[in-house]
Amino acid sequence: MKILVCIKQVPDMESRFRPNGDKTWYDEGDLAFRMNEYDEYAVEQAVQLKEQLGGEPEITVVSIGPERTVEAIKKALAMGGDRAVHIRDDRYYQKDPWQIASMIASYAKGENFDLIFTGMQSQDRGSAQVGVIVAELLGLSCATTLVGFSYDGGTITVKRELEGGIKGVAKLKLPALVTCQLGLNTPRYPTLPNIMKAKKKEIAALTPAELSGEAELTATAAIYPPAKKGGGLVLEGEIGVQVDRLMGILKEKTAVLR
Amino acid sequence: MKALLIGEYRQGKLLDTTYELKAFADRLGADSVMLVVGSEADLPKYDGKVYLADAATYGEYNPDLHKQLVLQAVEKENPDCIVFVHSSYGWDLAPRVAVALRAGQVSEIVALNEGAYEVNACNAKLRRTVTPKSGRCVLTIQAGAFSPSGEPQGTPQLEKLELSGTASAIEFVGYEAAEQKGVDLSKAEIIVSAGRGVGKKDNVPVIAALANALGGELGASRPVVDAGWVDHSHQVGTTGQTVSPKLYVACGISGAIQHLAGMKRADFIVAINKDKDAPIGEIADVLVVADVMQFVPAFTAKCAR
Ligand SMILES: Cc1cc2nc3c(=O)[nH]c(=O)nc-3n(C[C@H](O)[C@H](O)[C@H](O)COP(=O)(O)OP(=O)(O)OC[C@H]3O[C@@H](n4cnc5c(N)ncnc54)[C@H](O)[C@@H]3O)c2cc1C
Repeated sequence: MKILVCIKQVPDMESRFRPNGDKTWYDEGDLAFRMNEYDEYAVEQAVQLKEQLGGEPEITVVSIGPERTVEAIKKALAMGGDRAVHIRDDRYYQKDPWQIASMIASYAKGENFDLIFTGMQSQDRGSAQVGVIVAELLGLSCATTLVGFSYDGGTITVKRELEGGIKGVAKLKLPALVTCQLGLNTPRYPTLPNIMKAKKKEIAALTPAELSGEAELTATAAIYPPAKKGGGLVLEGEIGVQVDRLMGILKEKTAVLR
Repeated sequence: MKALLIGEYRQGKLLDTTYELKAFADRLGADSVMLVVGSEADLPKYDGKVYLADAATYGEYNPDLHKQLVLQAVEKENPDCIVFVHSSYGWDLAPRVAVALRAGQVSEIVALNEGAYEVNACNAKLRRTVTPKSGRCVLTIQAGAFSPSGEPQGTPQLEKLELSGTASAIEFVGYEAAEQKGVDLSKAEIIVSAGRGVGKKDNVPVIAALANALGGELGASRPVVDAGWVDHSHQVGTTGQTVSPKLYVACGISGAIQHLAGMKRADFIVAINKDKDAPIGEIADVLVVADVMQFVPAFTAKCAR
């Protein structure tokens, strides 16, 4: 069995964000990057399946991005991926989900993966499109927002998370692509020996020019901080003073404290 | 401009969010027609054409078949845009339709901005305006962002849709209902919720102690539940409980849309966050910029006095 996991490197969401010079994306200076949270669940599920099948499947990790993306790739390898492909693209952020998915599909086409895992969305762009588009371009059956996954003899049974706590259960035959939601599993922390082992694993490099180049179907016209409603009160400063002020406000404005 | 609106059913019932599609089309100034894979027993109130495909035949949700039905309606109507709610139905189906039509998709639109669509980025810390470059586009709208102005009314003109074959690679097995056990936060008057910012499981009792001191219940954001720090029945949000307490205290919660969806109707919202820019600050009545583990114990002590 051949497994592909698609991952993205994104900034820590607790960062402060400002638009870049040409207002097409955020400024990357000063940001700390990590693996997209949803993708950690994707990597973990692939590794768990490999373990279930006695280590037989080969797990390839693919990621598109600039040089720093290698850090996220190394983490995925340290979690249990076997090899990786880095599509080195410094202009990744100007590409829309269609173009990103087309690059991944173009790479995956000749590889005949049986199963592809992606996160359900990225934390920065949040379009929730790339996985599904890859599946459609490759003609794979596809299920999104997985909070449950099991494999048995060429068929996977998935639990999709729906609104209000309800789950939808479905069966899909391989080849298939699934997108992973928070809570699907507990992503492992790479151990030191596995981090060392990962250093020896292959990271092949590809350039966008080697893949099918599609024209964009959507474009970012502008990026900007949201207008502040500015209604709420912000309490800063010394803890003791904050405590007293909040107490006063709650007594005055709510009926919950007397 | 003509919009094809894709309504949504679950377990035979039309979902209320379907009406947000019409509200969005009105804001766009677009003419609209609707498609539902649903049941004649519960049709949308809508003045206009509704394509109806029978859910009993095509499944409540089967992506392969629903895609074909949408494409059939697109063929008949030749719309400029196809609009879904950004829900587990919409985000699953919309990109499939977009690929089939080679159309650009804009996901989770929160507002209109001079002909362009506004969407959030980076957990709502930034906004983007996106413009489709394809003639026809697929759009998904954020649930709750385009509320209908009045009670929906109207009688649809029905037109039935049918597919010639109904084979699909995906077999729907069934639904699993939400667990019924645990706390019912929907009636709580005071909720103090723990978010990822509390740092670790051992710190959760500090938040619970404040809930206790205020005579309220403990709530939680999703990562706290996923990590097993708190039972799922305490989760607030789209996939947890929807609450409307008199006081909601969010401790170390960033304010992602899916969390806000569950608690924004609280009468008074206090957020404790070390990040002054956290999106929760947008809806909080009071944002206390502090470390939760310093502020909360001090505040609890004051309440207990
Ligand atoms: C389909 C779908 C459904 C979802 N359903 C839900 C749902 O029902 N409920 C839900 O909650 N989420 C849901 N989510 C997840 C949601 O998108 C967010 O990931 C989640 O709400 C984030 O939780 P959080 O705010 O606790 O964590 P984070 O976003 O990680 O935020 C932590 C916050 O704590 C602050 N912080 C960190 N350390 C400290 C400190 N020491 N003191 C003070 N502040 C600190 C940080 O500044 C940050 O703002 C869903 C997501 C999807 C895609």
